Amino acid sequence: MNLPLPKELSIACYHCGLPVAEKSSWSISIAGVMRPMCCPGCQAVVQCILENGFDDFYRDRTGFSSTADQEQLIPPELALYDADEYAQQFGSQKDVGEASFSIEDIRCAACVWLIERRLARLSGVRSADMNFTAGRLSVCWNRALCKPSDILKTLREIGYTAYPFDATKHGEQLDLSKKNLFRRLFIAGLSMMQVMMYALPAYLAGDGTMDADMTNLMRWASLLLTVPAVAYSAQPFFVGAWLNVKNRVLGMDVPVALGIAAAFTGSVLATLHGNGGVYFDSITMFIFLLLCSRYLELGARRKAASALDNLQHVLPGSAARMPSYPATRQTELIPPGRLMCGDIILVKPGEAVAADCTILEGDTAIDLSMLNGESQAVPMSVGATVPGGAVNVTQTIILRVTQSTGDSTLSVLMKLIARATQHKPKIALWADKVASWFVAVLLTFSVIAFVVWHFVDPSRAWAISIAILVVSCPCALSLATPTVLAAATNRLLRQGILVVQPHVLETLHQATHIIFDKTGTLTVGKPVVRHTEPLDAMSPAHCLQVAASLATISNHPISRALVTAAKNDAAPGDMELTCQNLRHLVGQGLEGLVHGRRYRVGSLSFVRELIGHDPITSDASDCVSVYLATDGAFLARFDLADGLRADAAQIVQYFQNKNKAVVLLSGDDQSVSQHVADKLGITVVFGEKLPSQKLSYVLGLQRDGAVVAMVGDGINDAAVLSAADVSFAMGDGTALAQTHADCVLLSGRLLSLSILNDTASLTFRVIHQNLIWALLYNVIAIPAAAFGLLNPWMSGIGMSLSSIVVILNALRLQRLPPSFRKKQ
Amino acid sequence: MEALYLLIPLSIVIVFIAMGIFFCMSDGGQFDDLIGPALRILHDDDKSTSDEPPPEL
Repeated sequence: MNLPLPKELSIACYHCGLPVAEKSSWSISIAGVMRPMCCPGCQAVVQCILENGFDDFYRDRTGFSSTADQEQLIPPELALYDADEYAQQFGSQKDVGEASFSIEDIRCAACVWLIERRLARLSGVRSADMNFTAGRLSVCWNRALCKPSDILKTLREIGYTAYPFDATKHGEQLDLSKKNLFRRLFIAGLSMMQVMMYALPAYLAGDGTMDADMTNLMRWASLLLTVPAVAYSAQPFFVGAWLNVKNRVLGMDVPVALGIAAAFTGSVLATLHGNGGVYFDSITMFIFLLLCSRYLELGARRKAASALDNLQHVLPGSAARMPSYPATRQTELIPPGRLMCGDIILVKPGEAVAADCTILEGDTAIDLSMLNGESQAVPMSVGATVPGGAVNVTQTIILRVTQSTGDSTLSVLMKLIARATQHKPKIALWADKVASWFVAVLLTFSVIAFVVWHFVDPSRAWAISIAILVVSCPCALSLATPTVLAAATNRLLRQGILVVQPHVLETLHQATHIIFDKTGTLTVGKPVVRHTEPLDAMSPAHCLQVAASLATISNHPISRALVTAAKNDAAPGDMELTCQNLRHLVGQGLEGLVHGRRYRVGSLSFVRELIGHDPITSDASDCVSVYLATDGAFLARFDLADGLRADAAQIVQYFQNKNKAVVLLSGDDQSVSQHVADKLGITVVFGEKLPSQKLSYVLGLQRDGAVVAMVGDGINDAAVLSAADVSFAMGDGTALAQTHADCVLLSGRLLSLSILNDTASLTFRVIHQNLIWALLYNVIAIPAAAFGLLNPWMSGIGMSLSSIVVILNALRLQRLPPSFRKKQ
Repeated sequence: MEALYLLIPLSIVIVFIAMGIFFCMSDGGQFDDLIGPALRILHDDDKSTSDEPPPEL
């Protein structure tokens, strides 16, 4: 089923391709054409690219860039990379630094061009060389003229997130095995082509027309060239088979290795004795085709792994320590690991508290949603204890560290996750089980065939049992599933869905329960203005403009919501109002002069002081209300609530139409959860659940035989994400949740789930087709071989044809649906 | 046809030499980035960098 996109999602950001809200006012002129932008982050990046004269980037690129992080385009923590402990990482020479950086989201050639050109202009940079395939940038710079943080900053300005490359963290191992596999593949290909040259004359010549010497020469030549393919290229199969035998399981590697070994031994014996069939061409072709599919599969896996690696490379967390408090208020940025018990730290609004602390100075609200899922910030004042990982929301506070980071609440949560990981059900093993049955039957069958033919015609027994192993060659069967899954994974990645665990497609297909977290998953996770109620003659839009002009200086989430709402509401060409004499009353509101008139925006009690009586209106129960007033009159009431994601209702309906039970599981108030559920049509709602209760709820469902899919975003969801049969994390959620989910919705859109589910059904259709084809082929070919009806070239062609059909069928999945292609 | 008795062994030797060359090339990093260099050569016109001094950040 194809869901129609909501109307407001129909315009795409020119920079990153994400949908632009209809009322968005961000745009920029590129080469004389106004282009829409989805967010101020993208706009800043485009601005920087244009200012540097790199307009060609947009002409040459073949894919969209990644979305710029609007909140933190250039985080101050980058300066930590200049610290001494990182200096060693950047080369040993005193005046010249060199390092590799891994760069996220290299989409096309133009990215490489842009990065190299921009860095070449940075003073002090001697060379910058980008490896497109590995996503790695090697830079050499003069330490006196430029710092590592300058390089990282410059890259951020043009929209790329870079981290110092760390071989142990990165998929170095996977890179190495890919390189290794490429070499094996190349050797197998070379020997396959050559062996085919020597085999061809024997096929072309009729029986007896080629003299014996020449036949022998060709056979020996084939033998010599098959040796590297069998000894070097086929090594992974032999190693895999040996491991299988050692662990007493029958994997696909066993018949592959047996088939290669038996066919090779048989052919060598035939060559030595000068009679019987040789299968050198089939062996090399078999090895080559199998390696091809493994190479494709590994490539897709590597891509997925590198995207995931980058998620784990979060910026070095930092803490602002005040070494000489209370004498002076100077701060220094240090890594949180260096915080000691008793240190004094400063935490600004929006920052996370690095360790467990008590507040020394300042009243603020603390957001604990990362820790316990509660979406409303809790007011705290001097003396209160703040757990590490909590986010400071309103005012700057000064805290004393009571416990260093290692023992903080956050690490306790990590332990909970570690325990939950053990509950992972292994549905994926099912396919292997079936395969091992097939292998067992196949091996028995070829032994039976050998014994039977031994009595019928001993001279043909060996050749026929080899023919069974080669022709049946589990090739088609063993390729049927992995190639399709690799193709599907690749396609999904291009649609903004990162599949980390290969079983996601299979399990989502079978899921009976879809469980959603509320805050940050079904909702945006930040308050948005839902309704503006005019209380006087002033129009709602103008009220919003006035309120926003007061709110621009504040970092409070409500102020930011007002500013965003005003920007989205503004008609193009509207002048922004300027505000004078701004006063910020902590925890109450803001006051200032606009066009000489005094306005107040804030809580009811604060605004009432201007007027002296209550307005004739009532607060909506589920929202936070903020009032705007001028001397003598209330002007408007803004109702703010955590906004639903634009596609939340659609996705709930989508899964309900598919007869899956949709559940809302939230740490938030029961009433708030119920309200959201009612709006979306979810009937089963559980509020006020702690992470451990969420976990036991999911485990309980699983005990009753349900297959549970969980969608979440926060740290508090990580444990339950690990326990669910299949789990999804939002791309804009926390890194911790993402590393514990089986799949990450990079685009941050819930509708990705429906794409995923549709792709899953398609994938299974293709897998079924492949399996049926492989089965049909085997059912016909194996008896034919057993009755001695197949000569070597027939089994060779049959084998490769069956694999090619399977691979081509799988590659169909790589194509994006036309509706998606058009948008690019 | 006698030439084949020389040419076929020769072809085998050449194939093995080719394999050796391939391994040397692979060790030298020739195949590490199969996409980048091909694209880079198309973008090598430095019209924007040659005529102006590098601006400071």
